[in-house]
Amino acid sequence: MARELTIRVLRYNPQDKNELRAYFQEYKIKEADSMTIYLALTQIRETMDAGLSFDFVCRAGICGSCAMMINGRPRLACRTLTKDLPQEIVLLPLPTFKLIKDLSVNTGEWMDAMSKRVESWIHSSKEIDISNIEEPIEPEVADAVFELDRCIECGCCVAGCGTKLIKEDFVGAVGLNRIARFECDPHDERDAEDYYELVGDDNGIFGCMTLLGCEDTCPKHLPLQNKIAYMRRKLATVKGS
Amino acid sequence: MKIKYCDALVIGGGLAGLRSAVAAAKKGLSTTVLSLVPVKRSHSAAAQGGMQASLGNAKMSEGDNEDVHFADTVKGSDWGCDQEVARMFVTTAPKAIRELASWGVPWTRIKKGNHEAVINTKRTTIFEEDNKHGLINSRDFGGTKKWRTCYTSDATGHTMLFAVANESLKLNVNIEDRKEAIALIHENNRCYGAVVRDLITGEIAAYVAKGTLIATGGYGRIFEITTNAVICEGIGTAIALETGVAKLGNMEAVQFHPTPLFPSGILLTEGCRGDGGVLRDKDGHRFMPDYEPEKKDLASRDVVSRRMVEHMRKGKGVESPYGTHLWLDISILGREHIEKNLRDVQEICEYFAGIDPADEGRKGWAPVHPMQHYSMGGIRTKPTGESQTLNGLFSAGEAACWDMHGFNRLGGNSVSETVVAGMIVGNYFADYCIANQVDIKTEVIEKFVFEKEAYMKELVSKDSGEDVFRIKNRMKKIMQEHVGIFRDGNGLLSAVTELEQLYIKSQNVAVKNKQLSANPELEEAYRVPMMLKVALCVAKGALDRTESRGAHTREDYPKRDDENWLKRTLTSWKDGNTMPTVEYEPLDIMKMEIPPGFRGYGAKGNLIENPLSAKRQLEVDHIKEEMESKEKDRYEIQDALMPFELQEEYKKRNVRLGD
Repeated sequence: MARELTIRVLRYNPQDKNELRAYFQEYKIKEADSMTIYLALTQIRETMDAGLSFDFVCRAGICGSCAMMINGRPRLACRTLTKDLPQEIVLLPLPTFKLIKDLSVNTGEWMDAMSKRVESWIHSSKEIDISNIEEPIEPEVADAVFELDRCIECGCCVAGCGTKLIKEDFVGAVGLNRIARFECDPHDERDAEDYYELVGDDNGIFGCMTLLGCEDTCPKHLPLQNKIAYMRRKLATVKGS
Repeated sequence: MKIKYCDALVIGGGLAGLRSAVAAAKKGLSTTVLSLVPVKRSHSAAAQGGMQASLGNAKMSEGDNEDVHFADTVKGSDWGCDQEVARMFVTTAPKAIRELASWGVPWTRIKKGNHEAVINTKRTTIFEEDNKHGLINSRDFGGTKKWRTCYTSDATGHTMLFAVANESLKLNVNIEDRKEAIALIHENNRCYGAVVRDLITGEIAAYVAKGTLIATGGYGRIFEITTNAVICEGIGTAIALETGVAKLGNMEAVQFHPTPLFPSGILLTEGCRGDGGVLRDKDGHRFMPDYEPEKKDLASRDVVSRRMVEHMRKGKGVESPYGTHLWLDISILGREHIEKNLRDVQEICEYFAGIDPADEGRKGWAPVHPMQHYSMGGIRTKPTGESQTLNGLFSAGEAACWDMHGFNRLGGNSVSETVVAGMIVGNYFADYCIANQVDIKTEVIEKFVFEKEAYMKELVSKDSGEDVFRIKNRMKKIMQEHVGIFRDGNGLLSAVTELEQLYIKSQNVAVKNKQLSANPELEEAYRVPMMLKVALCVAKGALDRTESRGAHTREDYPKRDDENWLKRTLTSWKDGNTMPTVEYEPLDIMKMEIPPGFRGYGAKGNLIENPLSAKRQLEVDHIKEEMESKEKDRYEIQDALMPFELQEEYKKRNVRLGD
């Protein structure tokens, strides 16, 4: 027998000056085989509540748009199967990001600022002739960079981070991972001192309290804690030693 | 009313848009990118398998060059492509990949020594020499003579998108996400920017620019089942169409990918078969060699998709509660290979189908079914990327029909095209923005903005009318049933007729949610009529094209008809009409480097030849012979056969190992 799911969604529209406070809205839908939160929410919007706001893009676990709090944990809604959840499902928007409406939050603005803050691009003094043969890179090194480049900026690590919740300007595991990613990329000429300038403070590498929320919630299973620890050791030696 | 000015306006924040923006910003132009979503979430991120570029590094890529890539692309297109554009593309692709490497894309690299690979279900050892160690590797893909598809595991689009997006941030490109262009501002056949709706606040503003470039990707979401992201609704294409001046090319050319996961429609990359995976039927039989003994599972996408449907029609499909499907077996590649090179595929199978594809035997087989995947058609442009009819409007990537794919695109050529077009078209676009000034009156701009503001208010003010979701879902059903892999006159006629009725109905939608800001239903209400226009262009183009070419397969006209149909379909939309205007643009055989011939699939006689093909072939043979006797090199011969224009920095010869 198919279950009847009760989906409780936090509703709030900051654009609407008449809407004073957030509230929960309850929807009851029949569970279908291989139903995901994406499918459930789409069905709710099309048949029950056309005004419900939420974000999906790839709906395949690749783009990171649909991270939300699902029964208390930040997860990608597109690949969360309802059969793995209890009958009552509570959905909230990701904390720490600016709320757009209901389950939709503004991760783009935050992530772009983070990328600019850690200067998330290759710093190189070399002039590259693109018609010439590329610089050889050790296969293992390329793989190691790829491992960290797989981050999809979904925001789960930020939402799951105790430090970020108490420290507004904390760059988050996503930002620190970016530093680690460029640190191991041979195309990038920056050294530890340069990275220290970017994240060598309490809002950066030394702010992390090692609560492991980032790694626990990362849907791409990135080795975030290891990399933060590695960068912290590396940057701790830059000044005052 | 708010008017924002910039030099270069790019609509769409995927790979093509961002790379074009980089080109403009590099020339010192103030550049704005508008995107429905944060740009790193664009559909480009979903490209898994890789990017074609004839580097010729790896053992299995040896001997590859622009000429081989060109021939594959032209044949792949079923001679529907613009050969000059295909030449521009293949010449620039190796440069694109090398540029991306320098921007930090962690391309999978060659490791010297012996490697195991699965080729034609057999384990084979490939030896890579020392001097190749560390160079960019490539894998096999369908329809290519050499292993040419460069990759980062199976997250190629993601790594490319992040590199190009970061490069845009570095160059201070003004990226504005959650902004949707809903109309183009134009006067006297020149485009001056767009009317833009803020998807958060609902505010409507004018973005005025010297030049405007549309790179909004494809229109897969007009179909019921598609691999496309939910944002791929073709709105960028539609706003160009709605000018009544710009035209769309080959909209009926729609590609179906053989192996999306069934029933969810989530893509499993062609890299699965490229790396040695095979298709199987309900008996576990590998059936592709029965149909295509030469290319087997790695025939072109259109061919494999059709063969799969054919095979299921013979009763060889697997029955399931959701319908019939086939199996994709990658377990034969071994767990180690899958966990390194096909990791996202493994994850997708685990999350969405509850299987581990690395499990040996039937247990690890993934249910697959061909689904809508790629839009070969789009905004018709010149080789520079500019619309032939609306000056100052450029288009690049999947949204465009500058036409290097013709009627079927090869896997790995689209993600490659996004960046290559971003480089080439982006440069032409930037030059246009430098050479031209904004000379439009504010009152004209205001007229466009006020019209849209009034339209939004009207949409939310209606108390009763049609339900937009019902119209949308009906449209998707019709497209799925009648404008799919196999098409015929009757089905297409009923599709066109009903789509037109739906379009008329869509003018009378009532929105239940009355907010002007952040209102997903309102977004549907103004998008669905635009999607229907796009759908009508596809269906009408398909109805009128009485032949089979590439992905366009008419069961009532099974032959490729070069005599009558070696031409590009152009659709435009006159204001107030309920049907597109269809016209044609001939392809000039006498200018082709490779005149039309047999593509290498199916029966040889399935072709109505154009007498000019033989004539041009003689000419080509003659030129080649003469040039070879004079010991001219391949570049000089190529130039004698079909000269093409390209920016100097991109036309430069690509250096390869052993040159």
